[in-house]
Amino acid sequence: MRVIFKTDYDQDLRLFRHGGAVLWYAVLGAALLLAPWAVGEYWLSQLAFVCVYGMAGIGLMLLSGYAGQISLGHAAFFAAGAYTETLLLTHGWPFPLTLLAAGLLAGAVGVAIGLPALRLSGIYLAIATLAFAFIVEEILARWESVTNGNNGLSVPVARIGPIAFDPSGRLFYYLALAAVVLLMLGAINLLRSPTGRAFVAVRDSEIAAQSMGVNLAWYKTVAFGVSAAFTGVAGAFYAHKLQFISPEAFTLVLSIELLVMVVVGGLGSLHGAIYGAAFIIVLPEAIGVAKDHLPASIAGQPGLKSLVFGLVVIGFMLFEPLGIYGRWRKIQLYFQLFPLYRRATFRRQRSYLRTERLR
Amino acid sequence: MEVAQFTQQVVSGIAIGCVYALVALGFVLIYKATEVVNFAQGELLMLGAFLGYTLIVMVGFDFWLGGLLAVALTAAIGFALERTVVRPIVGQPVFAIVMVTIGIGFVARSVVTMIPGWGVDTHVIRTPFANRTLTLAGVVLSQDHVAIIVLTVALCLSLFGFFRYTRLGVAMQATSQNQLAAYYVGIPVKTVFSLIWAISAAVAAFAGLLLAPIAFVHANMGFIGIKAFPAAVLGGFGSIPGAVVGGVIIGAVEALAGFYLPEGFKDVAAYIVLLLVLLLRPQGLFGGVARKKV
Repeated sequence: MRVIFKTDYDQDLRLFRHGGAVLWYAVLGAALLLAPWAVGEYWLSQLAFVCVYGMAGIGLMLLSGYAGQISLGHAAFFAAGAYTETLLLTHGWPFPLTLLAAGLLAGAVGVAIGLPALRLSGIYLAIATLAFAFIVEEILARWESVTNGNNGLSVPVARIGPIAFDPSGRLFYYLALAAVVLLMLGAINLLRSPTGRAFVAVRDSEIAAQSMGVNLAWYKTVAFGVSAAFTGVAGAFYAHKLQFISPEAFTLVLSIELLVMVVVGGLGSLHGAIYGAAFIIVLPEAIGVAKDHLPASIAGQPGLKSLVFGLVVIGFMLFEPLGIYGRWRKIQLYFQLFPLYRRATFRRQRSYLRTERLR
Repeated sequence: MEVAQFTQQVVSGIAIGCVYALVALGFVLIYKATEVVNFAQGELLMLGAFLGYTLIVMVGFDFWLGGLLAVALTAAIGFALERTVVRPIVGQPVFAIVMVTIGIGFVARSVVTMIPGWGVDTHVIRTPFANRTLTLAGVVLSQDHVAIIVLTVALCLSLFGFFRYTRLGVAMQATSQNQLAAYYVGIPVKTVFSLIWAISAAVAAFAGLLLAPIAFVHANMGFIGIKAFPAAVLGGFGSIPGAVVGGVIIGAVEALAGFYLPEGFKDVAAYIVLLLVLLLRPQGLFGGVARKKV
């Protein structure tokens, strides 16, 4: 077992916890850089999707996993990013600038929804964000002069100078990879800062955080804004990847998919956001493969995907609330401690009904 | 004619509102007792409607008998769900419970499409009062709508009587006020939780059967449950009369918005009301002002 002794204050500020981590991240980085030569065009495209969902996952993880606020309306921020990107590109703005604008505008929308959210918590917040997402969806469908309504918009190809980022090509994959790495570094740095610590304090106990001088209103708004901005950037990439956007792409189902992503990945870990993104992309593929081996009466069912989806969510919540990341940590610990691992190490505390009701 | 038209809109709105009210009632019952928000309430409604369709149309029972059986079966499903899936996560953060009930919703929707005879098609249940109208003081009303309103009132009154006068109902109230105290005076809190889920599922199935004649029975009809959130919030999330009044108001607002405002407002009217309520009066119409205990 690797025991890390704290011998230096700078250790708390380092990006990697120990030398081994640097090595493994370097291996992962190299593998991702070489991936376009190792996999076919289809899987490269799926990898790019993992990057796109990963960006949104990081954004939602900051909000839900670290600041502890539930959002059932992240599709709205996703849509804000996608539509901003498309409209600005169509109006002739240069590409990297549109990406920035997509993030900023989605962030502004996030702050706007975050403001009423200050007075709400728990379930009220979830319902408010849900309502907000429905309203945004309706606006997208009805504001035809700008969004072209349900007919949707086609998305121009992103280009910087002479370089065009073809959505199915290698360059686009590298662009998405670079973006997800940058956002990840941004999120890690944010979480190491006082702001990030305040997020965690708000999540663990609002009353305790307030008593320590954390301004709840401010940090909840910041969490919403940052999360929405990250999701907006993801939305912009999503628009490029699909090459066509319409309100149907940004429904409640997308919001729930994003939420499932962070829950299955593992709440409260940035690794989890990426695992969750990979999971969301791999699950339909796995079902597709499984269909070949199932009897036709089961394989032909249209509802199979959502059945598996629902069962997976329930299963994770019941048996592995820490998600894929939690399972990975347990496996890691099992081998590190080899014959001495005890299941009880990670046992959930039985808590008597934890009330959130205001009384 | 203006007044008659207005009245007709309001009555049909109230009829839909009654369905919202019943679904909201289900949320509130479960929330008050167990602090679980059941995002699958709409799916319970859908299951109730499908069971009703099976018994009434496919098997050929009488409308009332089939409806009663469907309600009882859905109650059993609610009971079983609480036992198997929900109980292990009571006491976990809100997040876990929201996700599990969303998961239940996904499973229910897809299982329904897999059952032979149900599938992805839309179905119709014939009621004894279908396609008939009633003229009251120059206002033409559909009997379906009137029946929904009357049956909802009857159900609410009987629920009120149940909670007020029966031993079990009082035990349920006690449990939702203070679990620990209820446990100490000998109320089997866990069984009460299961029974509350059963009652809530039964109410949802009842709503589903009421909705079936004016909408269709299909796998996605449960999405109407989402509209019940504004109703529950408008009434103050923990208040049972609030949920009913909230549902009726939301239904009426929606019908009027559909009639007088430009296209598109009908679908979001409920959510706009919800956001306004949360901004202006987060405790809802009937909720008390609350302080958090430390």
